[in-house]
Amino acid sequence: MTKNLKNNIGTVLGCLLILVWCLLPVVWIISLSFKSQEAVTVGSPGFFPSDGGGAGWSNYTDVLKDDQFFRSIVNSIGISLIATVLSVGLATLAAYAIARLEFVGKRFVLTTALVIAMFPVVSLVGPLFDMWRTFGIYDTWPGLIIPYMSFTLPLAIWTLSAFFREIPWEMEQAAQVDGATSWQAFRKVIVPLAAPGVFTAAILTFFFAWNDFVFGISLTSTEAARPIPAALSFFVGADPFNRPASLLAAGAVVATVPIIILVLFFQRKIVAGLTAGAVKG
Amino acid sequence: MSVDTPAKHTARAPRPSKPAESDRSRAENSLARKLVAPALILMLLVTAFPMLRALYLSLFEYSLTAPDDRNFVGLGNYGTALSDPLFWRDTGNTVMIMIVTVAFELVIGFAFAMVMHKVIFARGAIRTSILIPYGVITVVSGFAWQFAFSNTNGFVNSWLPFTPDDFNWFGQYWSSMVAIMASEIWKTTPFMSLLLLAGLAQVSEDMLEAAKVDGATWWQRLWKVILPNMRAAIMVAVLFRALDAYRIFDNIFVMTAGANGTESISFLTYRQVIEQFQLGIGSALSVLLFLSVLVVAFVIVKLFRVNLADARQEG
Repeated sequence: MTKNLKNNIGTVLGCLLILVWCLLPVVWIISLSFKSQEAVTVGSPGFFPSDGGGAGWSNYTDVLKDDQFFRSIVNSIGISLIATVLSVGLATLAAYAIARLEFVGKRFVLTTALVIAMFPVVSLVGPLFDMWRTFGIYDTWPGLIIPYMSFTLPLAIWTLSAFFREIPWEMEQAAQVDGATSWQAFRKVIVPLAAPGVFTAAILTFFFAWNDFVFGISLTSTEAARPIPAALSFFVGADPFNRPASLLAAGAVVATVPIIILVLFFQRKIVAGLTAGAVKG
Repeated sequence: MSVDTPAKHTARAPRPSKPAESDRSRAENSLARKLVAPALILMLLVTAFPMLRALYLSLFEYSLTAPDDRNFVGLGNYGTALSDPLFWRDTGNTVMIMIVTVAFELVIGFAFAMVMHKVIFARGAIRTSILIPYGVITVVSGFAWQFAFSNTNGFVNSWLPFTPDDFNWFGQYWSSMVAIMASEIWKTTPFMSLLLLAGLAQVSEDMLEAAKVDGATWWQRLWKVILPNMRAAIMVAVLFRALDAYRIFDNIFVMTAGANGTESISFLTYRQVIEQFQLGIGSALSVLLFLSVLVVAFVIVKLFRVNLADARQEG
């Protein structure tokens, strides 16, 4: 009985620790975004804004009024969404084949995906920088969408083929017995069943594209295509030797909001997707 | 291909003639190829092709500031890179970051996974909060921690008992590294803990109960039952995270920009190619980076005898 109680207290403490670990830096950056720019320039140590050092919402209005920052939000949303849709579409086709069909070269596809997931992206920026300038897609949306797609495909293919293995395939066979072709069986029977998995893969793909930094700074040079992470890192404000910490914090919070919303709504799906490839079911 | 490639689902009624069977599997093969081709081509287009191009460019002395005088230098760029102490210093930094962060993440992540496995109340809230660091952009995490450690606007100095309030964390090598690794560990531990949680769920409760009845202590159950049974999950998590940590770039770029010798190998490559337009030596560094990732992967797979089929989830 007392041992049980001790265990429970341990678990509660553990939970509190997890909450503090996960949320402290987030709360901190929110708190920082409410410090006034004057206070930050002079130096305003401490977790919360000091008395008289608060800024209200002014950092947020400043950041959203900043043309470059606003453009980068539009870029990030547009590029990430397009890359997600295209990548998940292609991955769905490939994952269906992997989970469902016997074919020569399946191991090759799976191994390629695994290798690409581990690929050091920085080693590609040199040649891509050169190639993209030759093709004329340097500093454009497609110039980022293409690399995002190829680097999210492995993740999407994994997640999806793990989901597809769980689908009751007898239904597809029933459709085929009733005279449907392989393609019809895929489109009419499997797609509706697979939708939740596809959705999970889409969220994870979106996270990747939203988070990318290496391609974002290497393959863009103006606000025509520069995504949020790159824009934040180049955001120096009026005085380059004293970064406007509170303004940057406000920008960072804005960039984090879409992710937090996704996490709040789709927590269960994200966890299922992240761990789909980790253990054999 | 051979005629008798077995079709996976043999449940359908036996057909009288053999050719029908092979038609079927041939159709399956060709459908599969059509379905896989677009994804495969795209993946190779942006990785294999540029990598081959990097291999080619690495043999030249080639700078974008003077694109017309491109001289073939053979393996000269590799010689330059490998004999440069900068290359070895940055590789050392990267390996150190990889080992330290993965070790911390494994221990903390496992503790988190144990708590999450036990908890019955507020499961959703805990999971939601553990996903937040995973979702936060690395650049944002870098900024958050940089400002947290800052001696003008941060709170770390005033919270830690052993640092003076004006201690400059980014003034020298070791403390800068601590700050970089703090950001890296904070951001990626949740991912590790979710992978480990999935592994923990696979450990049979009956086995644990049996060990308990036989009088095994908590410590013994951990080392003799739980850990051996989730070996596969641990190894996959370590492999993924280690290779990810070896690519560290964002945090260093944002937090120190490589000051005080905190550069990583990815950062060095980026600096050569994008900032200094040295495509020749930059490409050589790209190839070396790629090869070193392969070496790291190989060492981990061999050292811990990771079963790649687990990672590829065949079976």
